[in-house]
Formats: sequence, C-alpha cells, structure tokens
Amino acid sequence: MSKTRVVVTGLGATTPLGGDVPSTWEALLAGKSGVRLLPEGMLTSVNVKFAATIAVEPAEVMKPVEIRRLDRSEQFAVIAAREAWADAGSPEVDHERLGVVVASGIGGVTTMLEQYDILREKGARLVSPHTVPMLMPNGPAANVGLEFKAQAGVHTPVSACASGAEAIGYAMEMIRLGRADIVIAGGVEAAVHELPMAGFAAMKALSTRNDDPTRASRPYDKDRDGFVLGEGGGIVILESLEHAEARGAKIYCELAGQGLTSDGYHIAAPDPSGSGVTRAVKFALRDSGVDLSEVVHLNAHATSTPAGDVAEANALTAALGEHMSHVAVSATKSMTGHLLGGAGAIESVFVVLALKHRLAPPTINIENLDDAVKVDVVRDVPRPLPSGPIAAINDSFGFGGHNVVLIFKSYE
Amino acid sequence: MALTQDEVLAGIRDIVVEVAGIDGALVSLEKKFADDLDVDSLSMVEVIVAAEEKFSVKIPDDEVTKMATVADAVNFIVAHS
Repeated sequence: MSKTRVVVTGLGATTPLGGDVPSTWEALLAGKSGVRLLPEGMLTSVNVKFAATIAVEPAEVMKPVEIRRLDRSEQFAVIAAREAWADAGSPEVDHERLGVVVASGIGGVTTMLEQYDILREKGARLVSPHTVPMLMPNGPAANVGLEFKAQAGVHTPVSACASGAEAIGYAMEMIRLGRADIVIAGGVEAAVHELPMAGFAAMKALSTRNDDPTRASRPYDKDRDGFVLGEGGGIVILESLEHAEARGAKIYCELAGQGLTSDGYHIAAPDPSGSGVTRAVKFALRDSGVDLSEVVHLNAHATSTPAGDVAEANALTAALGEHMSHVAVSATKSMTGHLLGGAGAIESVFVVLALKHRLAPPTINIENLDDAVKVDVVRDVPRPLPSGPIAAINDSFGFGGHNVVLIFKSYE
Repeated sequence: MALTQDEVLAGIRDIVVEVAGIDGALVSLEKKFADDLDVDSLSMVEVIVAAEEKFSVKIPDDEVTKMATVADAVNFIVAHS
C-alpha cells in the first residue's frame, strides 16, 4: 500500500537570528551570528559568558498575561505556531483532525528553578499555581494545542537534542496513519539559565571562547571547543497532500520519510563507529522512496564539539557512499547556536526553505577546516542548489543515543 | 481602620488586570471571576494570594471556593480587614 503523502504548508520560528522566519532566513543567508554576551544579571560562576539568546523577546509580541502564564519555552512555541498557522493560510479545519507534536529537550526548566527560588526564599504559599503547567515538558505542545483547539492528539517526544526532529517525524506518522489531516509540529527550548549551563559546562560540552563569542560556534573548524547554547524554536505545518490540494494551499515541499535508530553505546558520547547514524540515514532513504541521486543538500547536526562533528560526517559518508561528495552540507548551528530540543525543528525549517529557494545556507567561522572532515561543507556564502526534483536531509542526535533523520523533497 | 468597599474594589481591579490581562473597566462587583473575567481556578489562587498581601487579611481556602463574584471577594475583605 502506498503511503499517504505529507507536505509542508506553513513555517514559523523565533530564533537567535530573528523573531520570525523571514528575518531568520535573511540573517542566516547573510552569515550572521546570533551569539551574544550574556547580560550582566545572568553572569555567574559558570565559565561560559555567552549564548545564542533570542533576537526578539516574547514580551514584545505577546500580551503580559500570556507572558505570566506561559513558560519561556511555551511562549516560543505559541509565537512560532501562530506564524506558521498564518503562513499556512489560517485554514478552516475539522478540529478532530488537527494534531500537535511539539517537543522540548528539557521543558520549563527556568520556571522550575525560579519557583524553587521563591519556595526557598518566601515559602510555599507564594509558589505560582501555574508552576506545573509551565514546567511540564509537554507544556509547549499543550499550549499550542489549546491555541488552535487541536483534538486529534497532542504529543511531546523527548529525546534531548533530537526531540524537534523526532516531533516532526511523529507528526508525519500521525498523518500517514490517518489520525490527522493537519499537524502543527516542531520543537522549542528555553534553557539559557545558569544551572543547565553549569551542567553542560561540567560535561565540557560548551565552548568557552569568552573573548570571541560570535566565533565560538565553529562546526568543522580545527579549533572548535564545544557547542554554544541557543534558545528559540521552529514549527512546521504538515498536511496530507490531499488535504492541502483540496484547500488550494501553498505547498513548500514534501516530507518524504524518516529514519530512527538508537546507539546503545553511551549516555552522551557519540558512537565512534557511527553505525546508528548510518542506519538511520539508510532507513530514511528507504522510507522516503527518494533516489540517492536526488539528495543534494544536508543540514547537519554538527554542534561544534570536537568528537561529534567528525563522527557524524564519517557516518554520513558511510551511509551515502560516493554520492556524499555531491551533497552540499550546511552547519547552521554556527549561526543559531544549539537550540537543543528546538534544533531539529528550526533546522527542518531551514531545509524546507533551502529546497524552496534552491539555496543551501552557509556555515560560518571555519578558519581551518578539520582535515578529518571529508564532506563538502558550504562555507561563508550560500550555495545554489540544482533545478529539477531534489531532496535534502536533516539529521539530529541527542544525549541518550537518539538518531533521527528526516528527508524532505521538492514538490512541483 | 476598616477599608471601604470602593478601596477594596479598586485593589481587586488592579490585581485582576495583572493576573488575567483584561481591561480594568470590566471589573465590577457583579462580575463572576471565572465566567466574566478569565480568572480560572489557577489564576484565582494568584488573585487570593495577591489580595492577602495587599489588604493584610487571611482568606481561608473554604471561603475562596465560595467567591464566585467580585462582590463576594470584596465583601469578605471589607468584613475582615
């Protein structure tokens, strides 16, 4: 039986590069960095003084009561979902056929920590009654579901930095299984707070390039020294092709397939053999029905950690073989930082736009390409992609050994 | 000195505007918190905690459950301030 075809009909985002998709994409193509020094009040004993904080504060685009009742991660989700829904034409929908899958890696961690401070300093009576709905990891999905009255199911896959991609894959399956006609899908993260930063720093996972923050996120560079924590999120509107065509929707591209595997190797370190990644890419190719020759672009996970970037590049080469030399690889975390549970979602938005505009975004900050990196990296300026039917891959991995590969293909 | 009904109403109005994000002009004595002012059960907890601070009164939980309208809250506070 042939699979129900799933297309992308709307995009939304709020990122370190911009408060919406157009401003983010423009900054991305221009090779701008979204990394900033942390404000005075956020500097702590953690030896990392910068992060890729959001470009447009939610308070600038939301009502005060929304800011009060929603965790920052939930604010990001609702902002991006509103943009994506409007971009999809604010469709009239059967609410029982509308789903939501929005992920977060950590959930409402800033709410939890702020309320804990209140508990310790002022006592239980002053702890906000919104604490639990704000800290729960399904909060972003739940609030998007409330906003649009989604009744086909609201879900939250949690797989650390693979969460956003896993959410989009799960959403595709909801449509394939016939559970929904439209699904609002993506991922968010709002974890720029001293505790998560101290934790990541203790793992030696974060860059400490405090003297040059905008050049700290440098995937594939010889001197990369860790990732830069980012915040924000991305949302895509997925829809069955039949439903999209019936309402005359603008169609960006098709989400053709996904591959999911796990390493069973280590809680945080990448499996040096890369077999989990290689298998995920192969499964995704098979699931999508995309011919290898059509794959022209890949938005890599490439977080700028010494071990991860090369392990990923080698695994991709093992999966795609000789064809890997024909794939334009972009590491957009060089500009956005690492959005953790939002990463796979915002990078899927970038892949969708790359297919639409036939333009692979650049990778910045590579001064000396690591000799061990054998893939064709798009450096400094965008690179045109070929005409005709093309496909592109977004891969995401998470602590715990989660591997998620999504394949999008052009639609005409 | 006991607070007047107008003083308490003005204070409750400020709290509800902050907690529920609605227009202060909507907050009058006959309005129901849940149905008219978008103060759900969670936000009602915020209103009560804020009112206790503002008016230096203690509002027991079993009284809170009886406070359907703004007048219910205002009258309790006036009587116990």
